[in-house]
Amino acid sequence: MQRRTLLASASALMMALAVPAMAQDEPLKVGFIYVGPVSDGGWTYQHDLGRQAVEEEFGDRVETTYLESVPEGVDAERALTQLALAGNDVIYATSFGYMDAVMNVAAKFPDIRFEHNTGYKRAENVGTYDGRFYEGRAVTGTIAGRMTETNKIGYIATFPIPEVIQGINSAYIHAKKVNPDVEMRVVWAYSWFDPAKEADAANALMAEGVDVILQHTNSTAPLAQLQQAGKYGFGQASDMSSFAPAPRISSVYNNWGAHYVKSVGRILDGTWEPEAIWGGIGDGIVAIGEITEAVPADVKAEAEALRASIAAGEYHPFTGPLNKADGTGWLAEGETASDEELQSMNFFVEGIDAQIPQ
Amino acid sequence: MIQLVPRQGVSNGWQIATPLLAVLATMVAGGILFAIIGYDPVAAIRTIFWDPLFGPAASYSRPQLLVKAAPLILIASGLAVGFRAGIWNIGAEGQYIIGGITGAAVALALYPLEAWWLFPVMVLAGLAGGWAWGMIPALLRNWFGASEILVSLMLVYVAQRIAAWMAFGPMRNPEGMGFPGSRNLQQYPSAANPELLTGTGAHWGVVAAALAVLATWFLMSRHIRGFHLRAAGIAPRAARFAGVNPQTLVAFCLGLSGALAGAAGLFEVSGPAGQVTAQLGVGYGFTAIIVAFLGRLHPVGILLAGLLLALTYIGGELAQLTMALPAATVQVFQGMLLFFLLGFDLLTRFQIRRSIAA
Repeated sequence: MQRRTLLASASALMMALAVPAMAQDEPLKVGFIYVGPVSDGGWTYQHDLGRQAVEEEFGDRVETTYLESVPEGVDAERALTQLALAGNDVIYATSFGYMDAVMNVAAKFPDIRFEHNTGYKRAENVGTYDGRFYEGRAVTGTIAGRMTETNKIGYIATFPIPEVIQGINSAYIHAKKVNPDVEMRVVWAYSWFDPAKEADAANALMAEGVDVILQHTNSTAPLAQLQQAGKYGFGQASDMSSFAPAPRISSVYNNWGAHYVKSVGRILDGTWEPEAIWGGIGDGIVAIGEITEAVPADVKAEAEALRASIAAGEYHPFTGPLNKADGTGWLAEGETASDEELQSMNFFVEGIDAQIPQ
Repeated sequence: MIQLVPRQGVSNGWQIATPLLAVLATMVAGGILFAIIGYDPVAAIRTIFWDPLFGPAASYSRPQLLVKAAPLILIASGLAVGFRAGIWNIGAEGQYIIGGITGAAVALALYPLEAWWLFPVMVLAGLAGGWAWGMIPALLRNWFGASEILVSLMLVYVAQRIAAWMAFGPMRNPEGMGFPGSRNLQQYPSAANPELLTGTGAHWGVVAAALAVLATWFLMSRHIRGFHLRAAGIAPRAARFAGVNPQTLVAFCLGLSGALAGAAGLFEVSGPAGQVTAQLGVGYGFTAIIVAFLGRLHPVGILLAGLLLALTYIGGELAQLTMALPAATVQVFQGMLLFFLLGFDLLTRFQIRRSIAA
């Protein structure tokens, strides 16, 4: 890939586009690159709702386009370059695996802003954004701890990465808080989206006596299994409200629109900076779906109070005293975890009887 | 009753005409499809087939055609040799993944050593990895009569699991903040597979694809092994009487196509992809089967077919960007191409006759 010819063709293209109208009349071009199809009903679908929120908020002042189903790997850099050459002023890359491709393309197009979702590399024109999903897990973990009758809850995990481990720990800590007898089983699906495998995982958990399942995977397959068995679960990534009021008794979903509207607004008024944004319930990026009537009113009130205190910043889901699973101390009474610790989290908290695959 | 009766001899003209007819029919049927879902068919076809070559950003997309076509041509060249002999390697995708892993393993093991011989050794390791993965179905067929179609296909899924294991386990980047994926080989000068001549897009994989076209042409039309292969494909029994050992041919074909697929994997992992991830396989091994048939299993045909498929990928992206055409239409397009080709092929080799049912 050649920087000089690229820049030459890019600037020629820019000039061609810039001739008819300049500055304010020209809408801000906003590009998105998605790892799945917009119809996936999960991860990409939620990002695309965010794109639509931007269109709704800013109307004629923006023009959005997207490339969907772009696999991470060999195609990412070309697809990002195509978005850049198409004249986009800002590009949102919505999957972790685009990280190095974003850095390469951003270096070639210094005038275009990039934001990379869930990554950690930044530059003059590259920011990152992500959600504090563990905040949502604290709320659903609380509900799970109250709703289980067998005192066994299950977690369908994706990959042993910090985000997922945060979620497992947060769900367990808060289930345990309201139900000291609770036990947690963890199954690793090694996929973000694999309905067959997720259904197997749900059945394996139920065979062990689990009656409430939290999932980090993005399909509705576990909910379908839970429905047949008459047990409870939660929506993930998307609200999955078609399974309400039961088995889906609540959900943690990604509301990227809250971030996209803020970010595009900053570009429009010229205050955008490459930041590392990690937003939670309070920022609106992590949302808790409706808690249904299958949940008793007092449990619902308890969960909503927890959500409110997290949103207000009064309570941090990782507050001591907490020990690690190997028995060593982690957080002292009243101490809260730092973001650095959370972002490299590779241990379970005390009480989770499972191993993190290495 | 409709009967298919073999024609007496097929003219050379039709041999060349059918792929062209198939492309034309795909354009027409694709155009109808676009019109039905509400897009301007002429503009869509022009965006997919014309703009990547002569559109406003063609100076970028033309070299990208080479980048995208190289692995397809490299893999299809090997596959075609086997297909001519009636040996069906459907698992090039798996051989591609394993070749990428074994090639990258050399670099990752020796990091951060800088030496001129590192990249050639990686290429050899990629060839060897793909070859070894191809030998599994070959040996199972020779020893136990297992279908190489099924075994090679199933081994794709094994290879995908191994890629995930590598990305999360042994090959995980120690400086990657706990995220999956190996070091990026693009940032490791001795192991990188960069653009060789600025502005051409050509990396070593493109050179290798060109060499593979020449070598398989020589093999099939000038070498006695090529004669044996063709003989075995047309008349297996006659070939056996002529002293062709079918077991040797099976091992040769699966080994050769495996090695070339493995090399393709190495060139991608050290170039456009940059790292070993769980998503290492992006379907080149399967698309190459379409390329091989579209190219009439002939080296020159494969060269052209590879470029055409690359055009549909890159044009498909442009159509998404400029017309918001769904990504799935590109896959429908590629499927149609194979469908029409096989259909026209059938009609050139067989006559349809109506007969009265007995």
